[in-house]
Amino acid sequence: MLELEAVSKVYRVGTFGGKELRAVHRVSFDVQDGEVVSLIGESGSGKSTIGKMILRLIPISTGRILFNGVDISTLKGVALKAYYRKVQGVFQDPFSSYNPIFKADRVFRILQQEYFPELSRSEWQDRVENALRAVGLNPDQVLDKFPHQLSGGQLQRFLIARALLLGIQFLVADEIISMLDASTRIDVLNLLADLKAEGLSILFITHDLSLGYYISERAVILYRGCIVEMGLTDKIYNHPLHPYTRMLMVSVPRLDRKWKEGEVQLRGQQSELAGGCVYYDRCPEADKDGSCRSHEPVLVEVEPGHFVACKLYPGA
Amino acid sequence: MSLQVEELTVYYQTLKGDVRALEEATFRVADGEIMGLAGESGCGKSTLANSLILLKPPMRLVKGRVTLDGEELPIHDMERMNSYRFERISIIPQYAMNALNPTQKIGKIIADLVRWRQVDFDDILPELKRRLDLVHLSYDVLDMYPIELSGGMKQRVVMVLSTLLNPSLLLADEITSALDVSSQKAVMEMLVSFRGWEFVRSVIVITHDLSILYQVADSILIMYAGQLAEKASTVAIIRAPRHPYTRMLISSLPEVGVKHAERRLTGIPGTPPLLLNPPEGCRFRERCPVAFEKCVDVPPFIQIEPGHFVACWKEFETNARA
Ligand SMILES: Nc1ncnc2c1ncn2[C@@H]1O[C@H](COP(=O)(O)OP(=O)(O)O)[C@@H](O)[C@H]1O
Ligand SMILES: Nc1ncnc2c1ncn2[C@@H]1O[C@H](COP(=O)(O)OP(=O)(O)O)[C@@H](O)[C@H]1O
Ligand code: SF4
Ligand SMILES: [Mg+2]
Ligand SMILES: [Mg+2]
Repeated sequence: MLELEAVSKVYRVGTFGGKELRAVHRVSFDVQDGEVVSLIGESGSGKSTIGKMILRLIPISTGRILFNGVDISTLKGVALKAYYRKVQGVFQDPFSSYNPIFKADRVFRILQQEYFPELSRSEWQDRVENALRAVGLNPDQVLDKFPHQLSGGQLQRFLIARALLLGIQFLVADEIISMLDASTRIDVLNLLADLKAEGLSILFITHDLSLGYYISERAVILYRGCIVEMGLTDKIYNHPLHPYTRMLMVSVPRLDRKWKEGEVQLRGQQSELAGGCVYYDRCPEADKDGSCRSHEPVLVEVEPGHFVACKLYPGA
Repeated sequence: MSLQVEELTVYYQTLKGDVRALEEATFRVADGEIMGLAGESGCGKSTLANSLILLKPPMRLVKGRVTLDGEELPIHDMERMNSYRFERISIIPQYAMNALNPTQKIGKIIADLVRWRQVDFDDILPELKRRLDLVHLSYDVLDMYPIELSGGMKQRVVMVLSTLLNPSLLLADEITSALDVSSQKAVMEMLVSFRGWEFVRSVIVITHDLSILYQVADSILIMYAGQLAEKASTVAIIRAPRHPYTRMLISSLPEVGVKHAERRLTGIPGTPPLLLNPPEGCRFRERCPVAFEKCVDVPPFIQIEPGHFVACWKEFETNARA
């Protein structure tokens, strides 16, 4: 369905854009039909940048993104509009997607004007109400309200309902539940799982490891713009191979076991990237001879479907 | 000694009326105890913490008493609280990390703060350096601006700074919320070490993340919509919660090891009430699956087992029958 081929993004930053910031570096992975893939990484690792490139909100620097085999950078006009009927994004802060001076359901009216002008008012109203019910909302309780009268969870569901009305095939869900409270976030997560069961593909972007485990069959671990490990969620969580992933797994707070002391390296300011492994300056396994510093490891398939980029594994 | 809070009730005065953010809070934090304070956003965690140290308008003290190490704190009097603040009771406010003055070097920020307590910076410098060593920060940070530090480094600076005068009680409000998992672990473990090093005696750790509290807290206090729901040892709260809200909250948490395909978790239907004109009685009533007639009265916060406090009519009834 969706395929990223060696996708990179370099932002121009600083006065007059004189400096380059490498946000995403040669990232390749795919998402199959009806699959949920988690994209996991700490803040600043490049997750949203990848999501925005898929949604064509920002251009790719190098590489290609293919949707059903078609390079999305070639899409224009009608073809681009058709793309957006199949691929949509929902983002972290639901409030920022609404104008506080208009009622929240205005997003549906705009949608009709743009994509379904041929439908009558009542036909469209029926569709909206069905979509709201599909995301677990009672239309009577949520229509005709201002954003501040609705909860964060309700606004998130509105946005998902909006995506459903388009009949999308692929959803970029960027940290969509990190703003929600524990008692409501699980419902949104279950909703995504239900939609997936009906065939929707989802790129689930999160920094919260437990959420990724709950919902996805595959996970991609990103660190400073590079994929350091990817594969089946069970493998990644239960047998992490990359030193960074291992550190993540011992750090994640869990209710079924306590932290062991002293396993985490404290971390100072990030050093400049030297061209070698992105994890070099924090890595307890890094070569003393400096080969990790100069040699950039590539992803190798260590066991079927489990990829790691670290010189500990032959071929990297 | 310890912290004793009795019937503490604090409202926010607004044009529309009182926001009843903290009602009748009665609890104790023992000497040496690290107590976690948890509950969803808006339930009154920060209000509780701020009332103990910085109760200023629009907050209004409706009633209540707070004693620290046997001495009553003049929480209603900002002026008189000055002599306790930072020295006897200290707070790391929510978002403290981002509140460091960006135009001042870390050393200057610390010097100003201790001078305010009539402590000479040069006198305290050796101890400050010793503590920077302990938290693995180089002395260079004193000569740096906040922007030059990573999130985890800033949080450690804030921790050292707020405990420099060895307060009896430290209030840490969401100090790990903006950090990645590895820094979260480092910062939380450091907090536990601070108690070991006797930089602080007791700590109230506020977070919405129960799995973090499970790692470091001795006890956990759960709040719901301005009311105390349950307080018990960490193990009891996580493994044998007695309040319906705590039970539902814990069973709704996705954790590593739990997969949707194998075990579908359920949330708590509904949303918390607004605290402007909140419902009478137990504020969880509308979402509670076991609510009954009695729940229109406020359930008292009662000890049902040694160290285990609950405010729930159903639980009292079940307990009385057993
Ligand atoms: N528009 C932009 N201009 C310049 N740098 C950016 C821009 N957007 C993001 N970045 C930088 O790119 C990196 C990756 O950011 P982002 O994709 O937002 O990460 P994440 O979503 O994982 O937190 C960060 O260093 C960030 O500061
Ligand atoms: N300055 C204020 N004025 C009015 N209401 C406030 C103010 N600050 C907080 N509140 C309200 O008080 C309640 C408790 O807030 P807070 O203590 O910040 O919750 P928490 O820290 O648990 O998220 C919330 O309903 C919030 O909207
Ligand atoms: S007091 Fe009543 S409404 Fe409140 S938690 Fe107990 S049973 Fe539920
Ligand atoms: Mg992001
Ligand atoms: Mg708060």
